[in-house]
Amino acid sequence: MSVLRLFAGRAASAPVARERLQILLAHERSLRGQPDLLMQLREEILAVVSRHVVLDPDKVIVRMDRGKHVSTLEVDIELPNGADRAFASAG
Amino acid sequence: MAKVLVVTSGKGGVGKTTTTAAMGAALAQAGEKVVVVDFDVGLRNLDLVLGAERRVVFDLINVVHGVAKLPQALIRDKRLENLWLLPASQTKDKDALTEDGVGRVITELRKTFDWVVCDSPAGIERGAMLAMRYADEAIIVTNPEVSSVRDSDRIIGMLDSKTVRAENGERVEKHILITRYDPGRAARGEMLSIDDVLEILATPLLGIVPESQDVLRASNVGCPVTLNSPASAPARAYHDAMRRLLGEEVEMQIPSERKGLMNLLLGRRAA
Repeated sequence: MSVLRLFAGRAASAPVARERLQILLAHERSLRGQPDLLMQLREEILAVVSRHVVLDPDKVIVRMDRGKHVSTLEVDIELPNGADRAFASAG
Repeated sequence: MAKVLVVTSGKGGVGKTTTTAAMGAALAQAGEKVVVVDFDVGLRNLDLVLGAERRVVFDLINVVHGVAKLPQALIRDKRLENLWLLPASQTKDKDALTEDGVGRVITELRKTFDWVVCDSPAGIERGAMLAMRYADEAIIVTNPEVSSVRDSDRIIGMLDSKTVRAENGERVEKHILITRYDPGRAARGEMLSIDDVLEILATPLLGIVPESQDVLRASNVGCPVTLNSPASAPARAYHDAMRRLLGEEVEMQIPSERKGLMNLLLGRRAA
């Protein structure tokens, strides 16, 4: 087979495929079965904030970045126009 | 005792419908009473591969919704008296199937048949979940290719958590069926080997179906490959897989096709 490979002039790619899969699946399996943390977080933030302000559920973005040293949780909530009045009446 | 077998895979185009038809026919040829059920609502194809597309009057959704009785929707194969088809509907409404409805149909099918073979739609959504929901055994159809192996791993996870058996603390018996295997390319290191796939997925092997023109020819004419060209390499592979499914010990081999001289000279790249 190595003679054939010489003719083809390229290295076997299957070992690369195997290695990539092993790494990927080890990672994916560890995440499986856990509740989706971000979705849960988003739902709960939405529930709390919308107790006080009328919110568009699509305008709530929760994003997590995992860095080497620092991980950040970014919560971006866009308030609709007239939120002040909603505040006043709620308060 | 009736067994519910789901033929599944994460990725599309790996050969689920071909496998359902071939295994269904092989089981029926072995004397088992078999019904193959198409769960691919919206994109039904099992009827076409079995050559029954013009005989569909009622379908799975009609039965689930009580529009038709089960016997009205079952189509008996013209070639094998032990083989029946319950076709899928082409409705666009993906939510037309309910878990309860599917459960009732499966329960009723169990009374009449030895094997209820469910052809799953691709993906990990509701349709695929319903197809595997009541399964006792599963065939995970996998190509020796990274995306197919990854998606199979995901499906194995679902079989272990989202089925009725899993929820009752029992196991769904799982089997890997490797299709579109090209021994030449695997030997040259261009394709994941059988051992690679099995090691990664850690699930027992049911069979190896080689890449072959006979598979396409069989679906072109609407006949399961095990019936259309029984001597062909894929048909032999499916027959062996069927015998293993029935509990026989069959030595695992990669059925190869006789290659012409030109193919040999071309290093079998022609496929």
